[in-house]
Amino acid sequence: MEKRNGLLQGTLDMLILRTLLSGAAHGHEIGKHIQRTTNDFLQMQHGSLYPALHRLEKRGWVTAKWETAPDRNREFKYYRLTNQGKKQLVVEESQWKQMAEAVARVMWPAAGES
Amino acid sequence: MRWWQAKKRDEDLVRELQSDLDLEEEEQRERGLSPEEARYAARRAFGNSTLIREQTRAVWNWNWLEQLVRELKYGTRTLLGSPGFSLVSVPVMALGIGATTSLFTIVRAVLLRPLPFRDPSKLVMLYEHFRQSTGGDGFNTVAPGDYRDWRNQSRAFEDMAAMRGYGGILSGVHSELPEVVQSAGGSANLFPLLGVSPVLGRTFTSAEDQPEGTPAVLLTWSLFQRRFAGDPSIVGKQIHLDTTPTTVIGVLPSWFTYPDARIQFWLPYAQTFSPGDYGMHDGHQSMVVARLKPGVSAEAATREVSTLQYRIHLAHGSKPVAEDVWFRPMIDDLAKNVRTPLLVLLGAVGCMLLIACLNLTNLLVARSAARRKEVAVRGALGGSRLVLIREQMTESLLICLAGGVAGLLLSLASTYWLAAHWRNLPRADSVHADGWVLAFTLALIVAAALLAGLVPAISSTGKGMLSGLREASRTVGGGASRARLRKMMLTAEIALTVVLVISAGLLFRSFLHLRTADLGCRVDHVITMKFGLPEIQYNTRDKVVFFHQSLLERVRRLPGVRGAALVSTAPGAGPSGDRVFTILERPAPSYSLQYDATALTADPQYFSVMQIPLLRGRVFTEHERLGNDHYIVVSKRFVDQYFSGGDPVGKHVRVGWDTKPEVYEILGEIGDTVFDVTKPVQPAMYFPILSGIPDQTTEATIVAYTSVDPLAMSMPIQQQISALEPELPVYNALTMDQILGKTTASQGFVADLVLAFAALSLLLAAVGLYGVLSYLVTQRTPDIGLRIAVGAQRSQVLRLVLYDGLRPALLGLVLGGAMSAGATQLLRSMLYGTGPLDPATFAAAAAMLMAVAALACLIPAWRASRIDPMQALRTE
Repeated sequence: MEKRNGLLQGTLDMLILRTLLSGAAHGHEIGKHIQRTTNDFLQMQHGSLYPALHRLEKRGWVTAKWETAPDRNREFKYYRLTNQGKKQLVVEESQWKQMAEAVARVMWPAAGES
Repeated sequence: MRWWQAKKRDEDLVRELQSDLDLEEEEQRERGLSPEEARYAARRAFGNSTLIREQTRAVWNWNWLEQLVRELKYGTRTLLGSPGFSLVSVPVMALGIGATTSLFTIVRAVLLRPLPFRDPSKLVMLYEHFRQSTGGDGFNTVAPGDYRDWRNQSRAFEDMAAMRGYGGILSGVHSELPEVVQSAGGSANLFPLLGVSPVLGRTFTSAEDQPEGTPAVLLTWSLFQRRFAGDPSIVGKQIHLDTTPTTVIGVLPSWFTYPDARIQFWLPYAQTFSPGDYGMHDGHQSMVVARLKPGVSAEAATREVSTLQYRIHLAHGSKPVAEDVWFRPMIDDLAKNVRTPLLVLLGAVGCMLLIACLNLTNLLVARSAARRKEVAVRGALGGSRLVLIREQMTESLLICLAGGVAGLLLSLASTYWLAAHWRNLPRADSVHADGWVLAFTLALIVAAALLAGLVPAISSTGKGMLSGLREASRTVGGGASRARLRKMMLTAEIALTVVLVISAGLLFRSFLHLRTADLGCRVDHVITMKFGLPEIQYNTRDKVVFFHQSLLERVRRLPGVRGAALVSTAPGAGPSGDRVFTILERPAPSYSLQYDATALTADPQYFSVMQIPLLRGRVFTEHERLGNDHYIVVSKRFVDQYFSGGDPVGKHVRVGWDTKPEVYEILGEIGDTVFDVTKPVQPAMYFPILSGIPDQTTEATIVAYTSVDPLAMSMPIQQQISALEPELPVYNALTMDQILGKTTASQGFVADLVLAFAALSLLLAAVGLYGVLSYLVTQRTPDIGLRIAVGAQRSQVLRLVLYDGLRPALLGLVLGGAMSAGATQLLRSMLYGTGPLDPATFAAAAAMLMAVAALACLIPAWRASRIDPMQALRTE
């Protein structure tokens, strides 16, 4: 996986799944949402986004369906979280937490102990 | 998701990307950008949508198939676009792969495939070994007495069986259609031990396997088909073997052609001996095959038999009885004479294939250089390096695949030819292509494609890939690293060629040596013919001598015959039996040191007819005949070895015949003749053929020195023989030239093949050299033009280019010379009359290679020197 904004592949998957937790969205929305939420810290590259979406679809964590957008009179491909995807999100979230805590303990030992 | 849904999914993806792109564009417009600016901003934000599409599609794994199809399509198109390139490279690869496959097919059949017997890995051959023996490989045939003692007194092996080569005259019950054929004797347990059951009838019983058992014969399939038209009713009937009525008890299966396909029938082993000889320990002629017990190693079992043999040796102190027993796995034993030549040939074709691969690599590098800009543009547009490499690999894979398929067909056709024309190739009938061969060819194709494709593909897509875009035609330095790569491969190619040329040179030189080898006698205008008088009719000395005498008189009277004589075996026609002896005047220093010499019989005129020089004393006269036969003539080698070169005339030798030893007086010393030009000279003693002893003189060869074409005399001489004995078959009617040709045929065959491979490799190397240099000259045309324009002499340009081409050639030559010095050591056992480091051969090979290299370089160099500077500078 190429490095993009220092974002690991698994991290991107997790972010996408988390975004979809609040409801179905199409690719553009997902990208924009992540970008906006992080105050443009994570610049969404389309070259990573679409392969990631399709990878999640292939694994059965999301489903895709063409639907008309409420605010525009056109169809978009909407991605929706599956039950399997919800479980996966829980798994990835806890893994990420463990990882972050572990990193934190190494980086700021005093803060962790006090 | 299945791959056939690929198209639908792709459309879906395009639609998805397009809809999101449109949305982005709309949003940009809503922010107040003009429609045009909005479109560009959206595109910029999105990036390379084709690349996104490809990367997304790669998520679904049908992608690889699509890619493969596309790459194959692309590769085929580029190959068809340059038919000249394909026309050169495909046949070269076909030849390389085909030849290697053929050799592998033979190596597999002869050296690798298990023997067609029951549990063949447990079969070993046992041999006797004389500690004092000097010549040969130390593996001696076994005496029947030794074999019988081993079998009766040792439990080291599960079982052991004996066999021996034999001959015979086969005829119908009324002595009709006599023919001389090769046969073999096999003990009763031989066929069960090997796991061979007859297709008709049965094998021998132990009662038949006695010296005076009921005559019985097993037919081989080929004789059964050829002579008896495959009629099963022959089993149980009688045929005549050496005029003895013998019952046919069975027919062997068609695949059973062991130990070689020339054997026509099998007799019980014991019946090939007289009762007196069956127990002897000092007459060696048999092969012993033994089956290992489970869990017992061949070494351990053989050690036990060897201990037993040493006791036998001690019990027969004064006789030539071996001290030790050696073993050899049966499969190695069968291939012992062809192993080295086969491996040498396999090495030679392997070298040739490698050279062909290097040549293909060179051509591909040149092509990739021509496509540099295309590759650079595609790289700049986001084509991944892996895809570009794969695409170039596809091209070499396609060439190798086409070449490999053509080569496989070529090898299917040529393998049979090769196996059929290789004299005495064991198991030649089992040579055929099978799954292993197919797998081998496939592996060869893939390996060749990788070897030929990887180097140019990697080198043309490396870091400097994008520099191809900047490169102007005047730049000279750009191709320098690529040229260096090509020169390196050229050096390797030339080094390999040198190894091949030198090996071929050495083999050919020894072959020529053999062809012109001195047999020690007259070779031109001599015809030889063998016959064997049936001992049943010719059972007394008088009868035999009368026949011999009458035949000689008749043949000598024939017009066109200058001289005729009788000998047991003509020079060069193969080995004759050995006899051990002692010299009365010079007793051997120890019992175990055996004196041993080839025993031949000859008539008085043999030596003068064959121009074998008399060195001391005299040869036989008409007086040494019948009972007055205790005189011998000995060869120079005999005198050198056993008399240390001293005068042998008048000395006496005691020769151990089968039962009782007899004393002979040495009449004279004559020059050496060889029994096989590939083997060293053996000491020989000649007994008078006119003694007429049926046992020793009924088998004879008539040699005639003719004033006309010797082959033309073969019919008249045969007519004289049938005038005396109408049903006596005559065989091996050969001129001395033919005998020489026969013994050297397989050496010549191998030498010819290696020579052909070497010539082909030389041609390939020349083409490679020419190609690289032509490419360099084309690339440097502006540079050379400039040089000429500012005043360089044409001769200087010529020298410059020549030097450029000859340097890798020279380097390759030195490298190849060094490699050859190692490689030719492996050839040592195949060389005669020349060492593995023969300086003349090395020098000749080097000179030839340099000449070819210079020729290949001269054309591009000359072309470079003819460059018109104005033209060259203007064409930019």
